[in-house]
Amino acid sequence: MTATMGLDDRDMGTPAREGAPVRLTIDGFSVTVPAGTSVMRAAAEVGLSVPKLCATDSLEAFGSCRLCVVEIDGRRGTPASCTTPVTDGMVVHTQSERVRKIRKGVMELYVSDHPLDCLTCAANGDCELQDMAGAVGLRDVRYTPGENHYDPSGTGARSQAEARLRMPEGEANPRYIAKDASNPYFTYDPSKCIVCSRCVRACEEVQGTFALTIEGRGFDSRVKAGAASDDFFSSDCVSCGACVQACPTATLQEKSVAALGTPTRSVVTTCAYCGVGCSFKAELAGDTLVRMEPYKHGKANRGHSCVKGRFAYGYASHKDRILSPMIRDSVDEPWREVSWDEALTFAAGRLRAIQERYGQKSIGVITSSRCTNEETFLVQKLARAVFGNNNTDTCARVCHSPTGYGLGQTFGTSAGTQDFDSVEHTDTVIVIGANPTDGHPVFASRLKKRLRAGAKLIVIDPRRIDLVRSAHVEAAHHLPLRPGTNVAVVTAMAHVIVTERLYDEAFIRARCDWDEFLHFAEFVSDPARGPEETEALTGVPAADLRAAARLYATGGNGAIYYGLGVTEHSQGSTTVMGIANLAMLTGNIGRPGVGVNPLRGQNNVQGSCDMGSFPHELPGYRHVKNADVRAIFEAAWGVPIDPEPGLRIPNMLDAAVGGTFKGLYCQGEDILQSDPDTKHVASGLAAMECVIVHDLFLNETANYAHVFLPGSTFLEKDGTFTNAERRINRVREVMKPRNGYADWEVTQRLANAMGAGWSYTHPAEIMAEIAATTPSFAGVSYELLDEKGSVQWPVGDASPEGTPIMHVDSFVRGRGRFIVTDYVATDERTGARFPLLLTTGRILSQYNVGAQTRRTENVAWHEEDRLEIHPHDAEVRGIEDGDWVKLTSRAGETSMRALLTDRVGPGVVYTTFHHPRTQANVITTDFSDWATNCPEYKVTAVQVGLSNGPTDWQEDYTAQAERSRRIIAAE
Amino acid sequence: MAPEKMVHMANQIAVFFRSQPGDDQAERVAAHIKDFWEPRMREQLRAYIADGGEGLDDLVHRAALSL
Ligand code: SF4
Ligand code: SF4
Ligand code: SF4
Ligand code: FES
Repeated sequence: MTATMGLDDRDMGTPAREGAPVRLTIDGFSVTVPAGTSVMRAAAEVGLSVPKLCATDSLEAFGSCRLCVVEIDGRRGTPASCTTPVTDGMVVHTQSERVRKIRKGVMELYVSDHPLDCLTCAANGDCELQDMAGAVGLRDVRYTPGENHYDPSGTGARSQAEARLRMPEGEANPRYIAKDASNPYFTYDPSKCIVCSRCVRACEEVQGTFALTIEGRGFDSRVKAGAASDDFFSSDCVSCGACVQACPTATLQEKSVAALGTPTRSVVTTCAYCGVGCSFKAELAGDTLVRMEPYKHGKANRGHSCVKGRFAYGYASHKDRILSPMIRDSVDEPWREVSWDEALTFAAGRLRAIQERYGQKSIGVITSSRCTNEETFLVQKLARAVFGNNNTDTCARVCHSPTGYGLGQTFGTSAGTQDFDSVEHTDTVIVIGANPTDGHPVFASRLKKRLRAGAKLIVIDPRRIDLVRSAHVEAAHHLPLRPGTNVAVVTAMAHVIVTERLYDEAFIRARCDWDEFLHFAEFVSDPARGPEETEALTGVPAADLRAAARLYATGGNGAIYYGLGVTEHSQGSTTVMGIANLAMLTGNIGRPGVGVNPLRGQNNVQGSCDMGSFPHELPGYRHVKNADVRAIFEAAWGVPIDPEPGLRIPNMLDAAVGGTFKGLYCQGEDILQSDPDTKHVASGLAAMECVIVHDLFLNETANYAHVFLPGSTFLEKDGTFTNAERRINRVREVMKPRNGYADWEVTQRLANAMGAGWSYTHPAEIMAEIAATTPSFAGVSYELLDEKGSVQWPVGDASPEGTPIMHVDSFVRGRGRFIVTDYVATDERTGARFPLLLTTGRILSQYNVGAQTRRTENVAWHEEDRLEIHPHDAEVRGIEDGDWVKLTSRAGETSMRALLTDRVGPGVVYTTFHHPRTQANVITTDFSDWATNCPEYKVTAVQVGLSNGPTDWQEDYTAQAERSRRIIAAE
Repeated sequence: MAPEKMVHMANQIAVFFRSQPGDDQAERVAAHIKDFWEPRMREQLRAYIADGGEGLDDLVHRAALSL
């Protein structure tokens, strides 16, 4: 086994329990454990491991293998220790002659139907069957090979190696089932299965997908993915890997381990994909990454993960990665590989020349929600302290900036109120504008577990997302609203709660501003804002909306989880306030199981916002106009800070087109692909004189760049990410940067080439600077993170170990503030020319613009973006499933293939934006949230018609992209 | 920035604050614009208003006095 620093992560056999202390004696050792704990776990607590096969501590005990039998004084027989709960005064013997004999017999039976190929098996050294054979002292198998599942030759061979030598023509053993290698990342080899059902239970209990079953009975039982004709790939399996992790044998085995051998060391780090921020053990042999295993002490994920975090790391070693800096004078030239010094001198010289010619405010930066807090802090510091302006923004602009504004206005802080564990205490959940099973899969698994235990679910989404109905989960209400009517729906829910007097008056009087509540109550009570009056507008049946509002108000602990379907609208900020209003109305704030929880898209969206990426805010959400805040940074950095807000990303592009913004340092973002109105972004970029792209790959934005600085992956650097629950988690260097430098070092070198004189030698020093200047991070240090694993900000004198739940006794801003939320129709309207509403989203296997996931085997699940269209809308246009269709809006047109489905209602179409060739953003418009300029991705009026294939624009774009990616290698 | 886009953005802000209670809506529009719009954008807005400010919400006109 691999050595992991820090916490003990042995398998304790059965899950931990909470309960009153119970004292017992095991093999003479006295031990005290919570009531409900199994004898097996109690034994493990004192370091006595009872042999086991069907038990593992991520799953409820099942008691099928009988290897874990023990003797208990005063009880007859030999009970299974995994299914026997402890009682006070119990005296247990785990190693009597009698149980040893039973165990040996059990093992002998198992091994009699298992090939003796241990030396060449992929799980050699990491197989519990092998370990248990050793532990029980199995020395011989007395059975002669009879009917069995492992010998393909049917000749009585004891190993598969031997069977191959004896192999007759064709299949000789009808019970033998060949290996299923259909999943890109793991194999299923039924010949090695001991039918312990850990995989089946993992898929049910941990992941919640129910893709696996045990077919047949007794000796004929087999594990089966999906229906009779399915293999793993065609089944419902979502490739989370929980079953692979749970399997004690080589039956379910990572292909990487089969190819590379068992890992020898491991490092705990944090996933770089979504805002759940799962903790992983990166398991390596030397500096080769062999496997990513979710870390069971990770407080966001509790030992689970999704396909992206566990398996999709291949991009880090993909051949497309650029490892050498490159420059060019103009974007129609090919790239020239140069030294780091030459590239940085070139970049610094150009940026300074631009400032001399066009003024101090003519350049800026874009920070990345995929980079670490420390890296982001440095990039905004580069703008503020070295460029001397506030032109810094982040891609969070295009996703969660309304969260910052809306929650800041109502509660006083720009973040979610809960930790993920909170969902275990929820009774009623509203999911609005989010698709957790695809976007935030591990949270979805935790939510589904709670729903299976009886919590109720309300889904508010134009599309019938998987959560509405999936295995053993069904939403109590799905409100399929028309895109763009969130505010009307949320306000109508408040109408019901207020007019039916379902609000929590005591909470409101104690915690909120009563006068503002009275005004708000009067506002929402207007019948025009009720569900009946707004039904025609929102498309949500009034009775359903009423029932949903009643359920949320009266159904125990109510929690709201929301995503980009809330924020990416003209009224994104208003909807966030409306959500906050609902939580305050019902008193669902300040304790476990309730709250308002934004599901962040990228891994470090929260962190990049916290770190002062926005042009109007210094780190910690403090406006640049405040002289006292500026003074803190002026003292720390020794330069004056501009008191005026800087340009936001869309403003930068507008100013570029207008000729006053000429240079950009863009770290780890691909604005040309991810931002709306691609043509406008392209013309903005084309108007600049120095675009510096700092990334892993030649992304789409790099088509317009003059300098390319190679980036490092999350595996290659130290730092921290902050997930959607404000949890600051360590990212640890697992291997050395292939490009030579971690990203923070590159930014520092660029700053120094411009004369900054920075001298950080480790990200821990950057964190110390963050802690010294930013109150919510005051107590954060790498030592604390190493000790605690992770902490949730604010961390300071009042909460030295962090803050799992916010606004417990009072709101951060003092009294909670109700804000009236008047519905305003977006100006993006359907009409005769553009009669359908397009909304966008993402899918499980791909991530954002797909730069990483497209460079992994995950492409097997999503080769292209498709347009989902209701069969009725398709029929009137003569469109059949799989046809190429053209999608046109007032901003542009693109084409893709159609997918007919009633997941979307009539009048609505839906697509993802993972592939650059699709260019879904060619058609999104430049409308944006009124408060924050967050683009209105989620509503675009479009027309759809048959086409022959890619549009001219798509073909031109592809040709231009290819031209601009030419590279002349350095000698 | 294209003038129509600026007018659209400014008017969106006005529409929100019009719905809010109190009699300081124009000040709040101005404060929002001061907090979030870079000086270049504010300058463009002022110049546009000086030119007649066609299409701008009345609240934006009033806000401009305190910009
Ligand atoms: S990989 Fe995950 S979804 Fe697929 S069968 Fe295993 S546990 Fe179930
Ligand atoms: S595949 Fe693995 S986990 Fe599943 S029943 Fe077989 S041995 Fe057990
Ligand atoms: S992508 Fe999200 S859910 Fe999946 S492993 Fe990474 S952090 Fe966890
Ligand atoms: S481990 Fe207890 S019965 Fe299998």
